[in-house]
Amino acid sequence: MEGDTFLKIEKLSKHFGGVQAVWDVSFSLRKGEFLGVIGPNGSGKTTLVNLITGFVKPDSGKVIYQGKDITGKMPYTIAGLGISRTFQMVRLFYNLPAYKNLIIPLSSSRVKKLRGGEYGERDDVAVDLLDDMGFERDSFVPYKLAGSLPHGYLKRLDLARAMALRPDLLILDELFSGMAMSEVASTLPLIEKFHEEGLTIIMIEHRLKELFRVVDRVMVLNFGEKIAEGSPQEVMSAETVKKAYLGIEVEIG
Amino acid sequence: MSLLIYGTITSIILALYTVGFSLTYGISGLANFAHGALYILTGYSVFSFLNQLGLPYFLSAPLSVVIIGFLGFVLYWGLLLRVRGVPLAELIVTFAAGVAILELLMWKGFYGIQYSLPLFVRGGVKLGGVAVDYQRLFVVGTGMVLVVLLYLFVHYTKIGLAFRGMAQNERTALSVGIESDWIGSLSLAVGSALAAVAAVVVLPLGMMESAIGYEVLIYALAVAIIGGLESTPGMIVGSFIVGFGQVATARYIGPKWMIIVPLAAIIFVLVIRPSGLFGKFKELEERI
Amino acid sequence: MAEVEAKYRKKRLDRGIKARADTIFAIASYKEILYLVLPRALPVILLLALPLVLTGYWGKVLVYACVYGLLALSWDFLASCGLFSLGQAFFLGIGAYIAGTLSYYFHWPPVITLPIATIGGGVISAALLSPVVRLRGVYFAMVTLMLPMLFMKMIETTGIFGGTHGLSALKPLAKGWGGTYLVIGVFLVSLFIFRRIINEDYGLVLRAIRDDDRAVMSAAINIYWRKIQALFVAGAVGAFAGAFMTHHYQFVGMSVFALDYSILPVAAAALGGPGTFAGAALGSMILVPLSEALRALSGLRIAIYCVIMILSVIALPEGIFHYIERKYHQFERLVRVG
Repeated sequence: MEGDTFLKIEKLSKHFGGVQAVWDVSFSLRKGEFLGVIGPNGSGKTTLVNLITGFVKPDSGKVIYQGKDITGKMPYTIAGLGISRTFQMVRLFYNLPAYKNLIIPLSSSRVKKLRGGEYGERDDVAVDLLDDMGFERDSFVPYKLAGSLPHGYLKRLDLARAMALRPDLLILDELFSGMAMSEVASTLPLIEKFHEEGLTIIMIEHRLKELFRVVDRVMVLNFGEKIAEGSPQEVMSAETVKKAYLGIEVEIG
Repeated sequence: MSLLIYGTITSIILALYTVGFSLTYGISGLANFAHGALYILTGYSVFSFLNQLGLPYFLSAPLSVVIIGFLGFVLYWGLLLRVRGVPLAELIVTFAAGVAILELLMWKGFYGIQYSLPLFVRGGVKLGGVAVDYQRLFVVGTGMVLVVLLYLFVHYTKIGLAFRGMAQNERTALSVGIESDWIGSLSLAVGSALAAVAAVVVLPLGMMESAIGYEVLIYALAVAIIGGLESTPGMIVGSFIVGFGQVATARYIGPKWMIIVPLAAIIFVLVIRPSGLFGKFKELEERI
Repeated sequence: MAEVEAKYRKKRLDRGIKARADTIFAIASYKEILYLVLPRALPVILLLALPLVLTGYWGKVLVYACVYGLLALSWDFLASCGLFSLGQAFFLGIGAYIAGTLSYYFHWPPVITLPIATIGGGVISAALLSPVVRLRGVYFAMVTLMLPMLFMKMIETTGIFGGTHGLSALKPLAKGWGGTYLVIGVFLVSLFIFRRIINEDYGLVLRAIRDDDRAVMSAAINIYWRKIQALFVAGAVGAFAGAFMTHHYQFVGMSVFALDYSILPVAAAALGGPGTFAGAALGSMILVPLSEALRALSGLRIAIYCVIMILSVIALPEGIFHYIERKYHQFERLVRVG
């Protein structure tokens, strides 16, 4: 086994009202791994993310990150430890220019520490980051009001916001939903690059073809429970998974 | 023994003050800061019907309740509708409306010994050696009925909403504003009507003046904070804590220290358990 | 030829600069300098000159306007990070009583009591309200509404700190115009500092907390700590106003917790435009003299502010200040083109 367990999820469970959103989910990640999480709508994927990142407190179970128990800690504490996420419903500030959205993570003590205390010009750093993500600086795209950007850009802005925190673990919640094929095609290489640079990633997606191209492993959730785990091929040929995805055909490879 | 009786009566009065506010908030998430104003406005309305229009009591009272309930409805459609969803604006509108009503009443001279409502029935009864007048018994009875109504109404309205498929998690749906304006205006109307009922029953116990409007609001807020905003048992516990606390303080320490009770209780609650003793929402639960 | 180019360039520069950064100005002529400086300099000059002109009654009104103005600024700062206070009177009262009791019981001079009251007021406000900061916004409004009322009742019924009579014959502030200029100075300085802060990154984070605190939390920022910091600042500003009043009038009484001190700042900010600070300042400068003029109507006066508040919030949510600002810039564009 190379490296210690980076992230360990032990028997996480959560119910809302009468609905069991997540039930007894366990899995672990090594540093630098790329895990895909799939499952039909309502299978608890986003709740799982909320549980890991501290937005929801679990009923039972543990989240252990780099050996530390972070179960139920505040979202900002967890983010400060290096776990960053995107949101299914994009959470951006539409009345601000795009690059100003990044000022917020750049103002956190985590980033201040990582940059060794030199504040530099946050504005410049923000614009640079966006430029790297395909927001062409020369066309003044980073300066446009976030509200005026098309959906695909907004999703990438959310990604930029998450990356601005310089995370060690990145969790993507349906990043590609609502994106056109071309946008997906231009964003996927970015994510692959992050992975190659050593970032540990958990990616929730419905677009299985694209997802399977980049992940190391896949985990399948259904009705809040883990029903399969393994390589994309293994998982997609499991009977339980096929039943859950009744009628959806996916080509692998 | 008299401590027990008067403590209970005071607590139920406090619960009555809070019921309307609790209901409006519980169903539609709207904090009605005009609550106290509507309370005392009811008193003014009943008084006017009785003395200026010469209507009999059993007409003036219910009529006023209906009018105030309707006023709540109108308040929603007229003012709140335009600012619904902007928490700052909602706050300012209900608060300003409340204060405006109270100050207008004061300006018109609504204070002084001539302003009082007659008791429903004169006389009283002895309970365990303590004299209790019928009016206060009315108060207790009404209070208990209303509290039960509150619980049922809020509980079943939420279930009703869920059944109508508004959302799997109706709290999330409500907070996102999917609820229709009908529910909002209805909750404000019913909440106002409950405030009116409380006024009709409690005001005969003493003199009326517009300053009572502020007092009622403060007490309602205090009870809600101590017990927890969205919890009916919390409201009951909160009102009993403050009620008994006040009566006991008045008896053993001195009446002028009564006011310390709600203040101390609030500070205590804020430090120990900020969302209220029965507060369902620790901040994280709703951080979705 | 050069003139036409200058006009054209100026027009484009305006928008371009606005889109890029608010702090960069490319200044090409004295007219531009004047255009930018005038709206900022005018109120300063006005406020500094007025005390020399206004005497007696209206001079007092000016002082009141600055006191309310400080409360309005404090309110606006809290509102900028999502904390809607219905109890500005609380900050005022805490500061007033700290200064008052220190002066009355220990005979300390204003030079000592003012700073202590300001910082102490800030600390107490932040400490007392910090548990509420974690809860939904409406709790904050509820608690802030109640606190001054409860404190007032407490002082009234228990008679502590002078009870209903208050504490009088306290040490005066300064001779002649000293007091007036002190409060004007602090008012102006606070106005400019707040406007500066809110446009810097610190203010950006505060505003983001107001708009979507969950997004800010996921960016590794402790939103509660930031809110507590804001409470300290706002509390300190309000406490200063209270301490100032105590020494300027050489008296402190429970009236310092009156509802009026909680309502008018909100009305002023609502009228002027929440979030702009200049709006809150402008609003106080309008409402306080107005309220003095209407003094004869007593209770009705408060009802009128309330109506103004409601109308502002419903009909002109951007506030008077933004409206004027828009007209100022638009006017500029029109002139240049024509």
